[in-house]
Amino acid sequence: MEVKLFGAWPSPFVCRVEWALKIKGIKYEYIEEDLYNKSSSLLKYSPINKQVPVLLHDGRPIIESMVIIEYIDDTWKQNPILPTDPYRRAMARFWAQYVEDKFYESVKRAFFTEGEEQKVAVELAVEALKPLDQELKGKKFFGGEEIGFVDLVAGWIAHWLGVVEEVLCIKVVDPENFPSLCAWMKNFVEVPVIKENLPARDQMPGFYRMLRQSGLASCDGKQQS
Amino acid sequence: MAGDQELKLLGSWASPFVIRARIALNLKGVGYEFLEEGLGTKSELLLKSNPVYKQIPVLIHNGKPICESMIIVQYIDEVWAAAGPSILPSDPYDRAIARFWAVYIDDKWFPLLWKIIIAKADDEETAEAAEQVIAGLQLLEEAFEKCSKGKDFFGGKSVGCIDIALGCYFGWVKAAEKMAGVKLLDKEKIPLLMGWAERFCSADAVKELMPEVDKLIEHGKMVRARLNAAATN
Repeated sequence: MEVKLFGAWPSPFVCRVEWALKIKGIKYEYIEEDLYNKSSSLLKYSPINKQVPVLLHDGRPIIESMVIIEYIDDTWKQNPILPTDPYRRAMARFWAQYVEDKFYESVKRAFFTEGEEQKVAVELAVEALKPLDQELKGKKFFGGEEIGFVDLVAGWIAHWLGVVEEVLCIKVVDPENFPSLCAWMKNFVEVPVIKENLPARDQMPGFYRMLRQSGLASCDGKQQS
Repeated sequence: MAGDQELKLLGSWASPFVIRARIALNLKGVGYEFLEEGLGTKSELLLKSNPVYKQIPVLIHNGKPICESMIIVQYIDEVWAAAGPSILPSDPYDRAIARFWAVYIDDKWFPLLWKIIIAKADDEETAEAAEQVIAGLQLLEEAFEKCSKGKDFFGGKSVGCIDIALGCYFGWVKAAEKMAGVKLLDKEKIPLLMGWAERFCSADAVKELMPEVDKLIEHGKMVRARLNAAATN
């Protein structure tokens, strides 16, 4: 049973898949992709998205990070990532999708824009955090006592958001306004499987500054996808 | 089982997302109370059940709300697993493929269709969006060939996840064609999908739910007018 993961070291989407693999104790071969010079293998396995992560299991590719995590959970039954109860599964999927669609998309827009457009995006991002902070009240993690699906999907907030804030000179997560979220961020990065699998913090601003510059440069007035 | 469980669906006749939930419930033979939300109004129950998005569909099962159409479909498939055919495939790899296409359809393909529906007359972007919608349909044509394995639906013998994810938009595709004067459904380019669409729309679980295209056009014009008015304010 051969498992390979095409990834890129700074990518939070790749990281969340690695966390899932490590939680399950699955051995895999990691293949680093240069995002500015993608390999023919990557383009073969992900012809539509042309993006990392791509999981290859016995030669068959699975793409889209949240789809990959559900695939991992469906295939390897130890240390479940999603709850077994259908209602709690629905809630986990709901909050994971919320983090992606509402919070991440606003942060991404802020990252690739300037001026007034950026200001509006940052405001939307801060607004989007409120339900997340509310959801965490009384809980150590989104998954309860242990990390689960939502924690993995939201995990980038705990390590990558600070880099975005640094690069853009903005503040999104204010401890005064989001106490539960801040506590969660601290707890999340202390979980051993997470702590041992985070990209080097000091290397990230340089990469993200370059990413922002190339994004702004290729954006001819229209919103980047 | 359905008799002593309370099941409500908040929705609207025109919404493709609501149609998804209703198809899933029909596939499982589950009875429910349908509560119609009017265009431009949001009931107390909706605001209370879906405070985050304030959108339909919302499935309320024994008082507990479930939101977001594909999440609702998976919930129905899991709760009533034994009651009807499986909506998600049983094999994990096939499930991943189904989930991938559902994400592609909603995140990449539908926004292009929506652009066409709400475009003002002579909008330059409409032609480009139409080309991209057609390109997407060609990808889905190839996906159909792989997933159906010669059978009637993406899900094989019966309507499944991708059928529901894509099929719910079929009426709106036809409405968009008429509203914007573009051809999106070309039998020459997507012969398999055209055959599939006919079978999908006449499937037992689906046939009563697909709205008439003329009514969708009327509805689409109203939505477009409201959006354009809001944009200019």
